[in-house]
Amino acid sequence: MRRRRGGIARGQTASGWLFTAPILVILGLFLLIPVLMAAWVSVSDWTGRGSPLSPGVNFVGAQNYGQVLWAGGLAETDFGTALKNNFWYVILVVPIQTIVALSLAMMVNRRLLRGRGFFRTAYYFPSVTSSVAITVLWLFLFSTTGAVNAVISWFGVKGPNWFNTPDGIFHFGATAGPAALTGSHTLLGVTWWDWLGGPSVAMTAFVILAVFTTSGTFMLLFLAALQNLSADVEEAAMVDGANSRQRFFRVTLPQLKPTLFTVITLGLIGCWQVFDQIYTGTKGAPSKTTLTPAYLSYTAAFDNQQWGQGAAIAFILFVIIIVFTLIQRFVLADKKVSRRRMSWITGAQKNDIATGIATSAIVGKDATP
Amino acid sequence: MTATAVPAVGLGDPVDGPPTTAPRRHVRWTRASLVAQVLIYVLLIAVAVLYIFPFLIDVATSFKTEPDAAANPLSLIPQTWTAAAYQRLFFNSDFPIWFKNSALVTVLVTLGRVFFDSLAGYALARLQFRGRNAIFLGLIGVMAVPGVVLLIPKFLVINQLGIYDSYAGMIIPLLADAAGVFIMKNFFESIPGSIEEQARIDGAGSFRIFWSIVLPMARPALITIIILSFQGSWNELAHFIVSTQDPSLTTLTKGVAQLASGQLSQGTQYPLKLAAGAIMTIPVAIVFFIFQRRILNASQGAVKE
Repeated sequence: MRRRRGGIARGQTASGWLFTAPILVILGLFLLIPVLMAAWVSVSDWTGRGSPLSPGVNFVGAQNYGQVLWAGGLAETDFGTALKNNFWYVILVVPIQTIVALSLAMMVNRRLLRGRGFFRTAYYFPSVTSSVAITVLWLFLFSTTGAVNAVISWFGVKGPNWFNTPDGIFHFGATAGPAALTGSHTLLGVTWWDWLGGPSVAMTAFVILAVFTTSGTFMLLFLAALQNLSADVEEAAMVDGANSRQRFFRVTLPQLKPTLFTVITLGLIGCWQVFDQIYTGTKGAPSKTTLTPAYLSYTAAFDNQQWGQGAAIAFILFVIIIVFTLIQRFVLADKKVSRRRMSWITGAQKNDIATGIATSAIVGKDATP
Repeated sequence: MTATAVPAVGLGDPVDGPPTTAPRRHVRWTRASLVAQVLIYVLLIAVAVLYIFPFLIDVATSFKTEPDAAANPLSLIPQTWTAAAYQRLFFNSDFPIWFKNSALVTVLVTLGRVFFDSLAGYALARLQFRGRNAIFLGLIGVMAVPGVVLLIPKFLVINQLGIYDSYAGMIIPLLADAAGVFIMKNFFESIPGSIEEQARIDGAGSFRIFWSIVLPMARPALITIIILSFQGSWNELAHFIVSTQDPSLTTLTKGVAQLASGQLSQGTQYPLKLAAGAIMTIPVAIVFFIFQRRILNASQGAVKE
């Protein structure tokens, strides 16, 4: 018996490796090795000719990183501009898409809703279409004579030439900032006045596009989570006389925390990687206000042959994504908030059986991240 | 959120609601919930229009003339119907080549992912072998790398391997799908292993068990992989930009993206571009509607990334 089991285990070792081999080879070849190779290129002076591993290519230390972070040249200004653009994009898109997705999920999750399937389909459909097709559509909708400006004109307002307007939306039409924010007062080669100006009008159209295409996906995540919530908890809160606002903020939302965490994390990762829309739509124009680090990394390498800088930007972007995810994790971390919040229910009705169910359900949910 | 009031009052009365206030509360709740109900429907319909109308405009404009598209951007009925955009796309451009390339890549990537993901997922879920945990941890690490960061690196390796500007370079790197392996692994862990045990005792080999016993049971998870792979590779842009430059290997996403940005100088050509966008949406829309019930009800199939 022992020997036989050993035989099976041996057979399983062989087939285990055999079964996972294709995926391992492909992932190693097109994920692991590329990352290592790019790490080398980011500290080398490779110009795109021949192999980056050939002997003529030299180690240049942090020079490429310096070019984009502190050398004070055009590369630094471009990177600062791209970072500024993408920063505002993230700041706007992540909260808006999360709130829209959660609101849509709450609305279509109602038990007595007619046409539930239709609404879910309608909200999710933009998520399945390609970013290229949607960007093309967006260029038309937001053109000077497009549908969006036609709707705006109903209110007697003349809409902007969206994708050709580089003005920051928080500048409110002002063209020059105070001296304290301009001139040599810069961060990464970009004046504070520009940093504070918010996204350009052109970038704002991309913000709306992002909310339009991703809210459906995240709605489904919230919907799945809402359907897993126990109705007992909600009812218990109602029994205790909680109004709908209290029930949402103190009962439903705490239970959705793991999903909220997932949605915000995926949102952050996705938003820092905007590439398709920029490549298809504006190529960074107008006045570089839709330039993003991902697109800049691509043009630096493929158009300007600055492969070291392109790879360096990609690695900085990687670090940014990790840092933002960690910050988010820290901010949203469970600091036993749920238990304190739960005291609202337990304090109100100590002996209620439903409360017991509610408490255990919420605490149980929170325990599994 | 204004929740369903009926069970609340029904449940609330016997437990804690003071008997005197219960009827008054009931009336108030009902009236309030009726108003809320109407408001919710108005909101739902308004948002649905907002989400669907752009696509209707897309299709309508693709049948318009260029002046008509500029003059009546909101109208869903062309002043004069014309299929000129479609004629030009199909008979007087590279569009059919782009479509063929996209279709070929999508089908092969989907088939490849279904096979390799399930094979690896099964091994990780069921087979006992040394190194399994290491492989598992490796997959998690690999999944953390954002795709855009890999643009330059992927080009470097594809170039180094000599598969730049070839179908191999377009297809093989897209088979790297750690997330799909996870979906399959989770699925295989959720089904009972007794049938396989029986087959194993009867002397069937691992691949035979996988191919003729386990795989047929894995249909739901396989459908998830098919949906995700189809959508992912049909809509993929960045990878084709860095892996090809030969016009005969251009895919729909790359071709339409170049159409959108490159030819702006020759008039706006919105009907043409929107027609191209509409056609490239059709295949994913078909897959979506076929598997709609599954996508909209199962959380697993929902994640786009």
